Amino acid sequence: MNLRLLAWKSLSSRRSTAILTVVSIAVSVVLLLGVEKIRVNAQSSFANTISGTDLIVGARSGSIQLLLYSVFRIGNATNNISWDSYQAIAQKKGVKWTIPISLGDSHRGFRVMGTSKDYFSFYQYSQKRNLQLTSGKPFNDTFDTVIGSEVARSLNYSVGDQVIISHGTVSTSFSEHKDKPFIISGILEHTGTPVDRTVHVSLEGIEAMHVNWQGQIKKRKAGKTLSETNLQPESITAFLIGLDSKIISFKLQRYINEYAPEPLLAIFPGIALHELWSLMSVAEQALLIISIFVVIAALTGMLAVSLAGLNERRREVAILRSVGASHWHIMGLLIAETLLLTISGILLGIAILYSAIGLGQPIIEANYGLFIPLSLPNEREFAMVSILLVTGFVVGLIPAYRAYRNSLADGMSTRL
Amino acid sequence: MQSVLNSPLVHLVDVEFCWHAKASPSIKSGKLCIDRHEHVFIQGASGSGKSTLLNIIGGIVTPQKGTVEVVGKDFLQLKEVERDRVRADHIGFIFQQFNLIPYLSILENVTLPCRFSDVRRQNAIERSGTVANEAIYLLNRLYSKSKFGFDRNTSELSVGQQQRVAAARALIGQPQLIIADEPTSSLDYDSRQAFLDLLFDEVKTSGSTLLYVSHDPTHKHLFDRVVEMSTISTQGSADI
Repeated sequence: MNLRLLAWKSLSSRRSTAILTVVSIAVSVVLLLGVEKIRVNAQSSFANTISGTDLIVGARSGSIQLLLYSVFRIGNATNNISWDSYQAIAQKKGVKWTIPISLGDSHRGFRVMGTSKDYFSFYQYSQKRNLQLTSGKPFNDTFDTVIGSEVARSLNYSVGDQVIISHGTVSTSFSEHKDKPFIISGILEHTGTPVDRTVHVSLEGIEAMHVNWQGQIKKRKAGKTLSETNLQPESITAFLIGLDSKIISFKLQRYINEYAPEPLLAIFPGIALHELWSLMSVAEQALLIISIFVVIAALTGMLAVSLAGLNERRREVAILRSVGASHWHIMGLLIAETLLLTISGILLGIAILYSAIGLGQPIIEANYGLFIPLSLPNEREFAMVSILLVTGFVVGLIPAYRAYRNSLADGMSTRL
Repeated sequence: MQSVLNSPLVHLVDVEFCWHAKASPSIKSGKLCIDRHEHVFIQGASGSGKSTLLNIIGGIVTPQKGTVEVVGKDFLQLKEVERDRVRADHIGFIFQQFNLIPYLSILENVTLPCRFSDVRRQNAIERSGTVANEAIYLLNRLYSKSKFGFDRNTSELSVGQQQRVAAARALIGQPQLIIADEPTSSLDYDSRQAFLDLLFDEVKTSGSTLLYVSHDPTHKHLFDRVVEMSTISTQGSADI
């Protein structure tokens, strides 16, 4: 007996409720798998933000805070590092390169970062990829700037344009360094990391901007002129270290953490990223729980529709029994129906999700810096879909059992 | 083998059945004996236990007491699934109304028993080559002379047409026993006569045994034997 055919015919006769049930299951599948895809790709893109750096050094605070402001440009440093300390550590044996980072200004909502030319040679992201320029060249002059791809895209900048930097990090800052505009010398290739949203200038540029400023306020009377000023910075916000060999990294970390002249903190980027991600996993768990509840709601909907239909179908069950169907056939029919709905829902959901990823990929990447590849479902997604399928089967047992009870009570004699 | 063929097709002895443990029995000391090829009319008012009797003969329910033998099988000794098999292979039912599965076409409704029974499928194939051909043959005989339109939905059919489709379904694959439960009560007088003529023709052609249950004695002269429900069961109550 081909129950699938009967199940299919029966569902087709109740097309509208069947389609709605399939759609609600599909929506829950989109949510469940979508959250999973975003989680996996967010995690990998997160881990790809910085690479090849052995230590990050900043003023003593928390490791996550240091990671946030030095790599993600989120939040602010509590204190700076003196230039002398930076130089002392940079000269240590075994240190291959250092990249200084000086933060505190912004341009129309994008953070400005002062650094050295070493940034373009040694900074790495993803799988040890170096930064590349799509146009122009690294900054050479004090008032040159190199902008990230997202800055260029959203503000529609190209090489040669003028940029005025605001003091502080608020996009609507009233204090602007209008007297000292910067010229864009280069635009970086897209990286999918916070680099895309950064305006890079030289350390000298940062110093030059702030000549005749005192703290947060611009001095009323112009004092010195640029040429009179020594553009060597007195302090920087943080710096990255690359080592000749990883073996000395623990030794150097301890040396920095116990550095006598000033309180410093050195962190391993990998460990700090991991700590930060475990903080974010609360949100990730919440999303997962929400999607599980949506799945439960969809399956409950299917159960409700199936149970509501049972009373109308008592006659149908009696006819099937009279032509020779056993109770197993009747239960099989109802289980086949719910399984058919669940499978269709899952397939539709996967189809919707993949077309959405296909269509939305560039938009998501541009807005959130998150690249979601059109990859085959991973093991976890397979497991989720399998659990959903098994649950659909178990849910199908309920109306199947009810139909069995009804048919025991009715025999062949139910009348409408 | 000889003894099986000579034994009655349906044999009930001292049957007692209640639908619920605490209810009074629907059938008490029930007895019935129907031979092969007999056409038997069972007459009884509603509430006399007719439907219960048909459920017992169909193997849908088993009595608490007594003996039930159908096509030589002792139903009280069989498992439920085995009784289902006997019903699928050897019994065709026609009910008063709502005989058809609404989401299946006319043809699919008629061939439905062949999906549940290999025996009836084989019989149909032997007679007409394919199950569908046999269904079309029966429909042509019982329903209309058209070869077309059998893939139509059954919801468009009149009650009379529905009953003919139901009769074709009961007859497909030549089951040994045809049970008709008030099959004409929803038809008007003229249609009743036509329907019964067709039914009798087909039952005779296929050599089936006919068990016809009705409260209306109008057509009882057509049958070999008339049995009053009151002689089958001493007490009939709470008919479902």
